[in-house]
Amino acid sequence: MQDAERIAAQAVEHHRREPSQLLQILIETQDGIGHLPPASLTRIADLLDLPRSRVEGVAGFYSFLHMEPVGRYRILFSDNIIDRMLGSRGLMESLCRLLEVAPGEVSADGAVSVDTTSCTGMGDQGPAILVNGLAVTRLDEARVERIASLVRAGTPLADWPADYLHVDDNIRRRGALLGEDFVPGAALQAAMARGRQGWLEEVRISGLRGRGGAGFTTAVKWMACRDAPGADKVVVCNADEGEPGTFKDRVLLASQAERIFEGMTLAAWATGARQGLLYLRGEYRYLLKHLRAVLALRRAAGLLGARILGEGGFDFDIDIHLGAGAYVCGEETALLESLEGKRGTPRIRPPFPVTHGYLGRPTVVNNVETLAKTTLIAVQGGAAFAATGTPQSTGTKLLSISGDCAYPGVYEYPFGVTIEHVLEDCGAHDPQVVQVGGASGVTIAGHEFHRRIAFEDVPTAGAFMVFDGRRDPFEMARNFVHFFAHESCGFCTPCRVGTALLKGYMDKLASGKGAKMDLADIEWLDRLLKNASHCGLGSSAPNPVIDTLIKFRPAYERRLVSLDFKPAFDLDAALETARRMTGRDDPAAHLDWREEV
Amino acid sequence: MGGKFLFDGQPVPFEEGQTILQAARAAGHYIPHLCWHPDFPPHGSCKLCIVKVGGRHVSSCALPARDGMEVESNTPEINGERRALLQMLFVEGNHFCPSCEKSGNCQLQALAYELDMSSARFAHFYPDRPVDASHPDVLLDFNRCIFCELCVRASRDVDHKGVFALTGRGIRKHLVVNAESGRLADTDFAVGDRAADICPVGVILHKRVGFALPIGERKYDEASISTVAMEKGE
Ligand SMILES: Cc1cc2nc3c(=O)[nH]c(=O)nc-3n(C[C@H](O)[C@H](O)[C@H](O)COP(=O)(O)O)c2cc1C
Ligand code: SF4
Ligand code: SF4
Ligand code: FES
Repeated sequence: MQDAERIAAQAVEHHRREPSQLLQILIETQDGIGHLPPASLTRIADLLDLPRSRVEGVAGFYSFLHMEPVGRYRILFSDNIIDRMLGSRGLMESLCRLLEVAPGEVSADGAVSVDTTSCTGMGDQGPAILVNGLAVTRLDEARVERIASLVRAGTPLADWPADYLHVDDNIRRRGALLGEDFVPGAALQAAMARGRQGWLEEVRISGLRGRGGAGFTTAVKWMACRDAPGADKVVVCNADEGEPGTFKDRVLLASQAERIFEGMTLAAWATGARQGLLYLRGEYRYLLKHLRAVLALRRAAGLLGARILGEGGFDFDIDIHLGAGAYVCGEETALLESLEGKRGTPRIRPPFPVTHGYLGRPTVVNNVETLAKTTLIAVQGGAAFAATGTPQSTGTKLLSISGDCAYPGVYEYPFGVTIEHVLEDCGAHDPQVVQVGGASGVTIAGHEFHRRIAFEDVPTAGAFMVFDGRRDPFEMARNFVHFFAHESCGFCTPCRVGTALLKGYMDKLASGKGAKMDLADIEWLDRLLKNASHCGLGSSAPNPVIDTLIKFRPAYERRLVSLDFKPAFDLDAALETARRMTGRDDPAAHLDWREEV
Repeated sequence: MGGKFLFDGQPVPFEEGQTILQAARAAGHYIPHLCWHPDFPPHGSCKLCIVKVGGRHVSSCALPARDGMEVESNTPEINGERRALLQMLFVEGNHFCPSCEKSGNCQLQALAYELDMSSARFAHFYPDRPVDASHPDVLLDFNRCIFCELCVRASRDVDHKGVFALTGRGIRKHLVVNAESGRLADTDFAVGDRAADICPVGVILHKRVGFALPIGERKYDEASISTVAMEKGE
């Protein structure tokens, strides 16, 4: 324990005893110890002068932080429906068998624990796992066997076969963003030549809208931040990319980091911000070294720091913060809370981040792709940017394509492209369903494949998951419902309880025990989630269920117990008297159904 | 820059900065609430205070009133949704009202009566939440927590102690106290703290005063929660 306290103290010092660095401190402490024993939390609280309860509150929020011991090798299988279609569940069973460990538990010798985690953003090269936080891709039985022996031999991760830890970009179609070479500094020079106001005007002309999901007009956001009272403005890049099936930001971070950081600097030029923060999802931790190296290069080139490109009064620098396994932290106000070292709970809005953001300061939060796109606007001008796409959705959109297709990967298309066109390009042979926009997106059935990717038709943050005739839309929806129940932050009643209940109903149907009444309850929960939730996670959680219930209702009805089903002896019916006596008729009062919590 | 809005068809004046709920209360209209408390800033978590404004659902405890708004609150639709939220809170915890010391003084129970909640509708979760009886003066029965964070806020912002906090996430979220042992007795909590008297349900209970006032003669036994809220300002 002495050791744990020493490691915790070092982490606190390393982060200058700054309470807003609490999440980073916890991550670093866990890196050193393996988990977060009680004494380490007490020590951190003491040194930061915070109540211990607050530290425990934060440590308990993030999936990748552990207050109980985990294996020296901590293996997490990405559990998105796409990984499952690629065989992840069978591979996890094999690995557990080989290592003699049960899923969710630590092996007797403490060497290894195996579990599942939400989509790790490797749908184009799954099934994927995280080993001690680092991505291992393209799993198959051979790799699983090799991994088991590496674990048994105690081989350090650094000595594992390099190709196991290799992540491909899989860029399949290049448009303006992925196709053109970029000279670092060129966009900044062009924007600075126009002056701050002139630069904002170019962004306005471009019609650029946010690529993170909501589609808010970027120039309006930047102007609101520029005009907000307060001198110490902040630019935040949202690289949390937690939406299942989305991995285009991963590819941009890996291949276009210069553009992303330059985009942040362009936002600083427009708003007057001096501080930049990039929030990197924990799953992409393997990119940290690369991103820090690019930042160092940019500092050396005078593209970050004091007097950028020699311009007096233009000072701006960027820090990277790591997430730790919480999809909700992609929601911009939860992201700000997390950046401040707190639980990732969405804030009450208004006020909005542009006036009251990071530490109460005016803050621009933009998606990775949005920021990268601003470099195009700076170089070619707003009008040229607006010449592609549709009038309401200008420019191009990156799609992360995965599932039942020959060429999964990242595709850049002008907005307005039809879904059938995309399906043809990616080599989907028998597409039946496309889930556009991730778990929270839209379920598209065959008769809608003529629809277009655009804010005004089928909007998307970038996910495009293809399902062929072998797949079951109900199982897709059920997988997403599990995802939302796991990721609900638990702040508000409808989402905290509603997603857990919805999961129970979907599981009940899956086990063939559903009744017609359950469909009515499901639809009622859908409505409550949509109407009463505090943030977009809860209000979009029922989307896949709503859509599949409308478009693929037989997939649900097939699972209901037939209404005129009359077995010779029905044990459940025999319990009717007991139910009447206790005044209960809820699903748990019936045989064979228990709520999984 | 105040103004006026329509609350279920009736004009309600408001002052700049007032929320819908505050202005409605001042004008004599009750909106159900659990996590909101007149002495604290809005929290926005229970969602009992939802109303409809221009067809959209909003939290009336948190949203500033605006001139000309049309607010729907006491309608079958909204009350039906509020009832469902109550049902969720009931099945999520372990609430056995007849044996609870808070019965009759509990806002959750009182709201269930107010909104005609006659069954739990959903499956019970039956979570395992051990009680903490370590403190000499106060018992913590976590089974009934509805996560309004009033104790968290009172202890942090009024008592300046930070005795309570939430940890975990989603349906596994739970209350913890400020001690490595996890026991209330090992914190600096005191029976005179604001946090000791803020819980709207039966989690934070004073020892030795239980059932002093018999069930049947308590606050919400005598009058409905809407009456108590409007007449006593609670
Ligand atoms: C539950 C939830 C998760 C989100 N996750 C992300 C994310 O991972 N990345 C992202 O850029 N935006 C995400 N968003 C949207 C952000 O709240 C915000 O709108 C966006 O970052 C703004 O950037 P943009 O205007 O450039 O799109 C999420 C929203 C919600 C409700
Ligand atoms: S909707 Fe869900 S994720 Fe959003 S605040 Fe409520 S509980 Fe948290
Ligand atoms: S203990 Fe009471 S006051 Fe505290 S969060 Fe739970 S219900 Fe609210
Ligand atoms: S009273 Fe408004 S959300 Fe609880």
